[in-house]
Amino acid sequence: MKRLLPFIAFLPTVVFADIEYSGNAAVEQRYFFQDALYPQQERANLSGYFAPQAYTSFNDGSDSIEFKGFYRIDQQDEERTHGDIREFKWTHSGDEWEVQAGIGKVFWGQAESLHLVDIINQTDAIEAIDGEDKLGQPMATFSLFKDWGNTTVFVLPYFRERTFSGEDGRFRAALPVDTDNPIFESQDEEKNLDWALRWQHTLGDWEVGLSYFDGTSREPDFVLNSETSEPSLRPFYPQLQQAGIDVLALLGDWIVKFEGIQRKVLDQDYTAFVGGFEYSFIGLFDSVYDINWLMEYQYDGREDITNVISQNDLMLGTRLVFNDIDGTEILAGVVQDLDYSNVRSGFIEASSRINDHWKWRVDAWMFSSDEPAEPSFMLRRDDYVQLSLEYYF
Amino acid sequence: MNKYLLSSSTIFTLVFTLLSYSVNSYAQSEQEKGLAIAKERKLRDQGWGDSTGNMSMILRNAQGDEVVRKMRLKSLELVDDGDKGMTIFDQPLDVKGTVFLNFTHASEPDDQWMYLPKLSKVKRIRSRNKSGPFMGSEFAFEDMSSFEIEKYEFKYLRDETYEGQASFVIQQVPTDKNSGYSKQIVWVDKEHYRALKIEFYDRKGSLLKELVNLDFALYLDKYWRPMRVEMFNEQNGKSTELITHELNFDTGLTDNDFNKGTLKNVR
Repeated sequence: MKRLLPFIAFLPTVVFADIEYSGNAAVEQRYFFQDALYPQQERANLSGYFAPQAYTSFNDGSDSIEFKGFYRIDQQDEERTHGDIREFKWTHSGDEWEVQAGIGKVFWGQAESLHLVDIINQTDAIEAIDGEDKLGQPMATFSLFKDWGNTTVFVLPYFRERTFSGEDGRFRAALPVDTDNPIFESQDEEKNLDWALRWQHTLGDWEVGLSYFDGTSREPDFVLNSETSEPSLRPFYPQLQQAGIDVLALLGDWIVKFEGIQRKVLDQDYTAFVGGFEYSFIGLFDSVYDINWLMEYQYDGREDITNVISQNDLMLGTRLVFNDIDGTEILAGVVQDLDYSNVRSGFIEASSRINDHWKWRVDAWMFSSDEPAEPSFMLRRDDYVQLSLEYYF
Repeated sequence: MNKYLLSSSTIFTLVFTLLSYSVNSYAQSEQEKGLAIAKERKLRDQGWGDSTGNMSMILRNAQGDEVVRKMRLKSLELVDDGDKGMTIFDQPLDVKGTVFLNFTHASEPDDQWMYLPKLSKVKRIRSRNKSGPFMGSEFAFEDMSSFEIEKYEFKYLRDETYEGQASFVIQQVPTDKNSGYSKQIVWVDKEHYRALKIEFYDRKGSLLKELVNLDFALYLDKYWRPMRVEMFNEQNGKSTELITHELNFDTGLTDNDFNKGTLKNVR
C-alpha cells in the first residue's frame, strides 16, 4: 500500500466543482377562437413542459460541461409530446480560443421579425409558431477570439429533422407530414457532414457578422406521397450552400438592423433579406417606461414561394418596457403581406414576474389569409391565445 | 540677432506663465478647485487592477415591501480608457445566466451588450439609454458606470462636515446630454477623497435621488469600497440598497475575460 501511494499522487486527478442544477417548467393553456378546419382538432389545448439544466466545471474553470434537457406533454397532439436534449456539451477555454464538442445551440443574426442567417440549429416548429425554439445540434467547434473579431468553425456530423404537428394538432397542412419517411438529397442522409464558418466583430457602433454554411437545408420541401391508403407529405431535405451577412448599427436613437443571405439549393440561386430599424423613446412622458418602435421589411427572391411566408412582407411592431420590479414587457406587432393585401398576421406577447420563482405570460396570434397561394392560408382558422404559468428553479 | 529675439520671447513666455500660475494659486476658481478635487479622487482610486464581487440588491417600495436581486460583478481597470465591467445575474431566477457587459468610455457613450441565455443571443444595446432603471431598481444604468473625469464639469461649492468627517462639497454637471441628471452634488471626505453622499437632480432641477455610501472597507491598503450603498428616491419614496458580500482584488482577470464571444460560458 505504501508503494502505491506515490503512484496515486501522480494519477491525473480531475476535481469537479459542485454540479449546479437549475431550470424551469410551465403549464400552458391555449384557446382557439374559431372552429378547426379538420375534425380531429380541438378548440382548447393544455400542455406543459419541463426543462432542467445542470452545469459543472473543472480544471480551475477552463473546462465545463453543460446540460439542458426538454420534455413536453401535450393534451391533444401526440407529435407535440416530445423530448429533446437542447444542449449537452463540453467546453475547453484557452487564452484566446475555445473548443466545444457535444450538442449545442447557436444563434446568429440581428433582425427581430425573421432569422435568416441563423441556420445551425433546426427549428422545433411544433413548439411555437414564431420558430424561435430550436432543437439541439450535434457539433464540434473551434473559436478564436482576436482583436480582429471572433471566428468559429463548425463541424456538424448529424442532421436534425424539423418537427411538425400531428393530425390532432393545430397549425398544420391538410395532409399530415410523414416525419418517419424523410427524403434526403445527400446519400449520407442525416449523417451528411455539414460545416460552417462565422466571423463576428464590433466596429465602434457597428456589429458585423459574416457566415457560410454548406450542408443539409434545415428547411424542407414536401413531396406528395399518394401510394399509401392515406396520402401524406414526405419532407425533402436538399443540400444547400448559404452565405450570410448580418449588421446592426447604433445611430443615435435609431438602431438599424439587416440580415441578408445568398443561397444555392437544387440548381437555384436566390437572395433573401430582412432589414429595418428600431426607434426608442426612453422615459416616455417623464415616466420610467420605454417604448420602442420596430419596422422590418422581409424579402425572399426564390421562384417557388409555396413554402415562403416572408417573400414581400412588412412588419410593424412595438415593445413597451415598464422598467418595473416585475420586469413587465409587452411586444405587439403586425406582419402585412405586400403582394396580397388581405394576408396579414398579428401577435401580442406580454410577460411579468409574480415573484422570484413564478412568472406569467400571455401570447396571442391572429392570422388573416384568404389567399390559397400563401402558406399562411393553412393557419387561417388557428387564431389563438395562450396563458402560461412558468416556474423557475 | 534672430537668436537673441527668440530667446527673449521665450523668456517673456516663461515669466508670463510663471506669473499667471502664481496668480491662479491665490485665486483658484471654484471650477478649478472642483476639478482638482475630482482629479485627486480619481487618482487615489487608480491602480486597483481587477476585482470580482458578489452582491445583493434590495428593492423597496414606499410601503416597505422588498424584493432581492443577486448578482456577481467582474471589473477590469484600463489605463488609457474607461473600465470594463461584467454583471452576471443570479436572481430573479427567470433572468439567471443573463450577463451584462459594459466597456466604459470617458467621453464617448459606453459599449454595452447583453447575453440572453434563452436565445443564446448576444445583443448589442444602446447605452444612450443611460437614464433608464437598472433591473427595476432606483439605480440608473449611468449610476453603475465607472467615475471618469471627462463625464462632468466640476465646481467646488463649500466645505462641510458630513457625519463627523470634514468634506468638500462639489457640484458635477454631466457633459452628456443623454444623462438623466441636470447636476449632482457630491460630498467628498478630505482625508481619503471618498464620495460619501451624492444628491442627484433631475432634468428639471428638482432633487430626485440621494445616494449614501456606508461601511467603507480598505482593500490592498489603498482602495476604499463601500460595502453598503443606499439609494433613496425622494420623489416616489422607493429605495434600493446594494450590499457587497464579498470583494476580491488581484483575481487574475484579463481582457480575454471581457469578450462578448465567451459570454455564453460565463458563470
